[in-house]
Amino acid sequence: MSTASSQQVVHWQRTKRLMIIHLVIWFIFSFVIHWFAADTNKISFMHFPLGYYMAAQGSLIVFVVQLFFFSKQQDKIDRECGMAEAE
Amino acid sequence: MSTRMTGSFIDNLPKIYGIYTGGFIAFILLMALGEHWGMSEDAIGIAFVAFTVVIYAVIGWLSRTMQVDAYYVAGRQVPAVFNGMATAADWMSGASFVAMAGGIYMGGFPYLAFVVGWTGGYVLVAVLMAPYLRKFGCYTVPDFIGTRYGGNLARFCAVVVLVVASFTYVTAQINATGTIASKVLQIPFGVGVWIALVAILLCSMLGGMRAVTWTQVAQYIVLIIAYLVPVIWMSNKQGFGVIPQLVYGDALARIAEIEPTLGVGVLKPEKAIPGLSALTVMNAAAPKGLIGNIQFVTLVACMMMGTASLPHILMRYFTTPSVKAARQSVAWSLFFIFLLYFTAPALATFTKLQVLDPNLATSIIGKPIESVMALDWVQKWHNVGFLSIVDANKDGILQVNEFFMRGDIVVLATPEIAGLPAVISGLVAAGGLAAAMSTADGLLLAIANALSHDLYYKMIDPKADTRHRLIVARVLLIAIGAAGSAVASLRLTGILGAVAWAFDFAMSGLFFPLVLGIWWKRANRPGAIAGMVVGFLAGTWYLYMVRWGGMTPWYGIDHLRFGIIGAGASVIAMVAVSLMTKEPDAETQAMVDEIRIPRGETYLSATH
Repeated sequence: MSTASSQQVVHWQRTKRLMIIHLVIWFIFSFVIHWFAADTNKISFMHFPLGYYMAAQGSLIVFVVQLFFFSKQQDKIDRECGMAEAE
Repeated sequence: MSTRMTGSFIDNLPKIYGIYTGGFIAFILLMALGEHWGMSEDAIGIAFVAFTVVIYAVIGWLSRTMQVDAYYVAGRQVPAVFNGMATAADWMSGASFVAMAGGIYMGGFPYLAFVVGWTGGYVLVAVLMAPYLRKFGCYTVPDFIGTRYGGNLARFCAVVVLVVASFTYVTAQINATGTIASKVLQIPFGVGVWIALVAILLCSMLGGMRAVTWTQVAQYIVLIIAYLVPVIWMSNKQGFGVIPQLVYGDALARIAEIEPTLGVGVLKPEKAIPGLSALTVMNAAAPKGLIGNIQFVTLVACMMMGTASLPHILMRYFTTPSVKAARQSVAWSLFFIFLLYFTAPALATFTKLQVLDPNLATSIIGKPIESVMALDWVQKWHNVGFLSIVDANKDGILQVNEFFMRGDIVVLATPEIAGLPAVISGLVAAGGLAAAMSTADGLLLAIANALSHDLYYKMIDPKADTRHRLIVARVLLIAIGAAGSAVASLRLTGILGAVAWAFDFAMSGLFFPLVLGIWWKRANRPGAIAGMVVGFLAGTWYLYMVRWGGMTPWYGIDHLRFGIIGAGASVIAMVAVSLMTKEPDAETQAMVDEIRIPRGETYLSATH
């Protein structure tokens, strides 16, 4: 195996780790918190029932912010591993 | 711009669309003046629709092309932010614009599953799919399946799933476009759908993906203004301030207070009216019990995995200049979509308050039926059969279970319900039209491109020259559009029902073959074919059984969620068959390695 391909292996490992981190966050805000909506609805958040707020807004904000972070993080991995595109 | 997209056009995009936005706002103000001077409401509506459609048509004309890569992937030079806007318009359909707030209005909390599902799906698109497909360099989604797994059969299966899913979806869009056209122009729905088709084709026929991209950006600007303005206006009028999304908690509380006094959730309609429904669900009550929870998360899962498998969305990321831009573009897409989706529940809430709250002059529940029937908006929607009042207990007072309407009309009727000026109604109609048209364009193009590129060029006539390919693509576009209009005029189901099915079909057949094609090198041709065929058939069978076959849904997984069954069967079949058969050859494995890194040329050549 050449150096290039060992770099490729590292790149893919880091990419996979980033993928798993983001999918865990995604899973929590897509499914886990809404499963408990009946309970969280009893909590008030900015005058909203929390369960409703998370489904109507909270999870959405998490997804948007998460994707901008993901884009930055993956780009960093690409550059550090020498796998980024030529600018 | 007419023959070649020049660098300066791309550089000038912010300026061009800035001027366009300014022009649109000026037009709104002009119409407001017109109303002041006595222009009729109908004339304003027609002016809005005509003005915007003419602009889209002009953009479509200016973007005409005879180059293959411009036609299929807009020359791969759409900047991330603009592709984000185009994707948002591509994505937000008649269902999002016209029907979603209405769904939340009628369905309450459980309907928020659509809001969560239709945003979170983009996490899957960004993390699992888009950058890799962009690096791959395909023109269509079946192009990836066909090349990654090899062989015409795999490509053909992908084309079939794509066509079924997208066609289900496009009929709903033409339906929505036709609904708006028939309302604004006051023509029968059956005529409306054909007028809608002509408008849709004007945007896409001559310039393919390039024309669709630049019209979609223009359509996004119209639709987001049209969605936000009435909500902000209404919120301001009710004293909730100008950022309604942050403060409608108090409106929710007020609704929760009123609901018991009106018997919401207690009173049920005596007789069902087909296509219409009465409000029977409490607004913010969480899904109840195990089945309620399962229904919520399975609907979220279906909409998300469907998002990540729908070809008209994935192909938007083929148009960015780089892999990095594709990733950024997904984030921007979601941001632009978010602007509408976090407003939809606010809109539903404010409208509901307008209708229910006895302290507001606009309320109708609890009022004498005679005076309600005299309201302009009630009459108008009643006349087209979208609304109905039945005095079941003969007391002459309107109860919540005596007022029936189609959820779809909430967004379109809101300005009238809240007593906003007619110019706002016109604006909303233009926005709804933009939303439905842009999605219809993306879908028609996805279908026609798959048939012209994958079926015709790759499988039937690989020697066809460019001219021939692009003519075939256009003929198919018209034929599929006509077929869609014909089906839409039959009005098979409400707008949202059919849309959910499209997601289920797409995820049943395509989700795992796409994801595993990138993330699992061991996935091979027999596995992928098994995944597509078994997933698609299992999903379709389940849909048939629960919808028409009289089967009781398993654990609340009803016809809106059949993708759970399809995708489940798909992944089992795909993994099992892949492991039982030979691993892919070295060349295929090298291809997978290649698409996993952004560096270097696309795997497929620029004009394949």
